[in-house]
Amino acid sequence: MSLFRRHGDTCVARFAGDEVAVLRQVSTEVIGLLTDGFDRADPVVERLFPDAYRDDREQADEFRKYTEGDLKTSKIDQAGAILAALPSSGGAVVRLDPEGAEAWLRALNDARLALGIRLGVEDDTDLLEELDEAVMRDPTSARVRQLTMYQYLGVLQESLLEAIVG
Amino acid sequence: MVGMTAPGVAPATAPDIDATPDIDEVPDPDRPWVTIVWNDPVNLMSYVTWVFQKLFGYSKDKAEKLMLDVHHKGKAVVTSGARERMEHDASRLHAYGLWATVDRS
Repeated sequence: MSLFRRHGDTCVARFAGDEVAVLRQVSTEVIGLLTDGFDRADPVVERLFPDAYRDDREQADEFRKYTEGDLKTSKIDQAGAILAALPSSGGAVVRLDPEGAEAWLRALNDARLALGIRLGVEDDTDLLEELDEAVMRDPTSARVRQLTMYQYLGVLQESLLEAIVG
Repeated sequence: MVGMTAPGVAPATAPDIDATPDIDEVPDPDRPWVTIVWNDPVNLMSYVTWVFQKLFGYSKDKAEKLMLDVHHKGKAVVTSGARERMEHDASRLHAYGLWATVDRS
């Protein structure tokens, strides 16, 4: 499993082909959710664009009116930063300057939020236990693949944060 | 929130969605609004701490204390001040993927 390391001002990771494919897939899915597939009733969209006022529908809508466009753009841009740094297939060495590293960090967080909601992750979720159960049911299932991706993205995000903080 | 290095160090409290702000206290006229960050099961504890340092210039100690409050109590007030300022803070927190709301203090 690839991790980020710091070299000078640059965060560097060497990704295998299957890791590149996962990163491309989750980033593309996030962009899809924020563009053509944008649906405020989708729980992922609700989590990425939360109501700023819990008990005041009118104020929450007003806030949304003024912030949603910029928020959408920044989330699309940061997911795009992942795609821009990766080849369309095969492995790659990724080198991120401080700005790129932060875009990746935020995009990885968005991807984990989206996957976490799709998987039904809760505070007391034991990921390894979930994965064991899913593998016993069907090792080729989409859930096994998504749980593995979610676990991987968490470790990768943590390593990138450690590399950024230095 | 979750920690990748020391998962499950303490039971996390689910946010009480029926909770209402404490309105018994007399509001401070200089700081009438607050930005609240709510716990969620996905964000990494280290990431939330880093966001508080990055956005608000808090020390690592202060940011960690706020993160732990979010984790254990389900929410924490991270900034207070004028309403427009709190809305700005909430929108910045949303950009980093944190679940933030604005309320009266």
